[in-house]
Amino acid sequence: MSRDLLKFLAFAVLVLLAPLYFKGGYLMNVLVFVGIHTMLAIGLNLLLGYAGQISLGHAGFFGMGAYLSGILTATYAWNPWLAMPLAALLVGALAFMIGFPILKLKGHYLAMATLGMGIIIYIVFNETIDLTGGPSGLSGIPSLSIGTFTFDSDVKNYYLIWSITLGTILLTLNLANSRVGRALRAVHDSEVAARVVGVNARLLKVQIFALSAVISSVAGSLYAHTMTFVAPASFGFNFSVELLTMVVIGGLGSIYGSFLGAALLTLLPEFLRAAHDYDIIIYGGLLMLMVMFMPGGLVRGIPDLFRMLVKGRGGDGHA
Amino acid sequence: MLEVSGITQIFGGVTALEDVSFSINRGEITGVIGPNGAGKTTLFNIISGIYTQTSGRVFLNGREISGLPPEKLAHLKMVRTFQNIELFGGMTVLENVMVGLHTRSSSGLLACSLRMPWSRVEESGIREAAMKWLEFTGITDLADMTAGNLPFGKGRMLEIARALAVEPEIILMDEPAAGLNSQETLGLARLIRQIRDLGITVVLVEHDMELVMDICERIVVLNLGRKLAEGSPREIQDNPEVIAAYLGDE
Amino acid sequence: MQFDQLLQYSLSGLSTGAIYALIGIGFSIIYNATGIINFAQGEFVMLGGMFTLLFLETFKLPLWAAIPCAIAASTVAGMLFERLAIRPLRQPTPINLVIITIGGSILIRGLSMLAWGKDTHAIPPFSGDDPISIAGATILPQHLWILAITILIVFVNRFYFYHTISGKAMRACSYNRRAAGLVGIDVRRMVLFSFIISSAMGAVAGIIVAPLTMTAYDVGVMLGLKGFCAAIIGGMSSGMATVVGGLLLGVLESLGAGLISSGYKDAIAFIILLLILFIRPQGLFGKAESERV
Repeated sequence: MSRDLLKFLAFAVLVLLAPLYFKGGYLMNVLVFVGIHTMLAIGLNLLLGYAGQISLGHAGFFGMGAYLSGILTATYAWNPWLAMPLAALLVGALAFMIGFPILKLKGHYLAMATLGMGIIIYIVFNETIDLTGGPSGLSGIPSLSIGTFTFDSDVKNYYLIWSITLGTILLTLNLANSRVGRALRAVHDSEVAARVVGVNARLLKVQIFALSAVISSVAGSLYAHTMTFVAPASFGFNFSVELLTMVVIGGLGSIYGSFLGAALLTLLPEFLRAAHDYDIIIYGGLLMLMVMFMPGGLVRGIPDLFRMLVKGRGGDGHA
Repeated sequence: MLEVSGITQIFGGVTALEDVSFSINRGEITGVIGPNGAGKTTLFNIISGIYTQTSGRVFLNGREISGLPPEKLAHLKMVRTFQNIELFGGMTVLENVMVGLHTRSSSGLLACSLRMPWSRVEESGIREAAMKWLEFTGITDLADMTAGNLPFGKGRMLEIARALAVEPEIILMDEPAAGLNSQETLGLARLIRQIRDLGITVVLVEHDMELVMDICERIVVLNLGRKLAEGSPREIQDNPEVIAAYLGDE
Repeated sequence: MQFDQLLQYSLSGLSTGAIYALIGIGFSIIYNATGIINFAQGEFVMLGGMFTLLFLETFKLPLWAAIPCAIAASTVAGMLFERLAIRPLRQPTPINLVIITIGGSILIRGLSMLAWGKDTHAIPPFSGDDPISIAGATILPQHLWILAITILIVFVNRFYFYHTISGKAMRACSYNRRAAGLVGIDVRRMVLFSFIISSAMGAVAGIIVAPLTMTAYDVGVMLGLKGFCAAIIGGMSSGMATVVGGLLLGVLESLGAGLISSGYKDAIAFIILLLILFIRPQGLFGKAESERV
């Protein structure tokens, strides 16, 4: 247990010291997004990696959080700190309700249904022009502030976003190592056996679906206040696939893996500026290569590779 | 304790079980036997809530449990094991048993995420109890092994340990001796008696006649979806209909 | 609402619906042979249109020659996809298959963007674009082409599945893959076949619809999803039920766009998709099955 805590503290220290090394600058802005994407990837990973249920519609929950916060604060002048939990609550409740019929489906059917859900949400963003501003987006969303202190620079935002991200990491690590996390993995491995020993698999799956929607919604609210502008294009099917790629590349069922995947996929396009439009080729290729050659993701694949090089033989891929 | 009354199960026109009734006494080891295709596993799947029967009713302690899902039955202290052991392959042996304690604990999503003091106390209680069941089934030394890598015989022990962790009043075992060597079968017989001595009612479907005759106090014989006979091992061995059914099957 | 307007919407809905039906049958064929929902199905539709363009403009072939070449090229792409992505998969769990076909689909889309750019392109209609009027509604000759080719393909398809050895073997696989393997059917070959047939059908759909709607590197996503919706309405049948599903979807969409709002046109398909999955996962016409995995 305490080893996990040490690992977390080391990670937290690295995160909090990073700005000293980067000294503000352009990369800080990117690192803010790494934080937001890490939250999103963790949310999806709880569902996909732990409970074994796929979702191709999580960009929709992300977008709902962003728009609810955006609309409440920009149009109705709410306090952002009030709008954010309300948005999370609404998104969570919606996910909980839709979770019951949708999680009855399995495998490919679940994938298609969540995809359909995501696209419907996306269409609503585009079409409810009075509320969302439609395809041209919603602007004038205020930055977050505490008293007179406003989070209006990249460094300030970095600390804001990352403290919430670190909080999310800690909470999900706790959850993963608890009775609930075990039950989730049990459902993933053998649903019938889990039910036989008293795990209400259906309810548990719906709860996790709702929780991951809540995490996505909070990430959405933070995104809206950081960008101060949102448009539907950020919440489409492609972004759901990008999230999926982060989770798969990092490693299913690994919280730090989600960070790794999010960091890689957020930083990569920045380093490949020249090839900007072609990032989807890279996503597609990475997804396929990972599933084929490193199904455990980077968190397990890299140590395996290392062990292979050192000992000259392969690991089992399930560290 | 457990009462099965007039169970009929029809799969797409094929009658797998027809009007099967019997009852099982508290604290006894009961065997359900019968030639292949007699409907034993179907019966188990109905009692344990995995299938819903076409007609008939099942009672546990006088309460009707027909149609209840397996997770409800676990809360009512009835649990089962599977013929082709169903383990949580990606988890450790200890964690497998800890999942068995799910109904004995209650921390929810929020309490677990926040590691509330009471959920930490609960967690260490779960761990201790799980270790106790590993010891009971004799696999303590494998606690940290990944369940998916266990040899079959040990996997069987783990599945039983996990079922016992539910602290059931009644345990249904689907062919527990299948795939075990003779040494392991002897160990299993000993373990089943120990389970009975804890006051747990045991029902097993089994092919290994020697084992059944050795440990069971009562036996129910099924043949072609109907109940053929019911009684003590001695009565069953002497029953001409049972002999005919088995010889006819050979 | 006037009768001729209704007729107009229904007629144009029928021809889009026929496209959905062809794509949907492609989904069903692969699903029935392998249990895979091929998320890359829509990309073969896109490839059909794009390859036609390639043969027309770069190789200067006449339309009648460019079309079969495009179908052949898309089919080769489908074959390669099965060989390089599906077959080598070591852990073919549903989630891995979903991920790999999604990966394949965006890879194909990305490569097409690289090859042909982001612009929309037009393909000339097969026989002019003088409107034909029917009872107050007008349709284009291309609409008739679409309906005729769809009907032809559905019949060829039916002949293949019921009157040829390999078609029957394929049906055997869909009932029980293991049993089919035991009686000597080469199941892996059938899997390859199913990818060949459905990529060819997808390409045809993409080619015949391109003169009406134009084509671009990213048309595959929506068309693929709508095709899947048709297949779901049809209960993943590779026959008439999916055709009816596609036509129904096409007409509903067209009426919805005309009568309610064009912005929500795409949402209609997905709402139907969710409703069917929630309420009648066996499809609109199927008998209840215990479970859809």
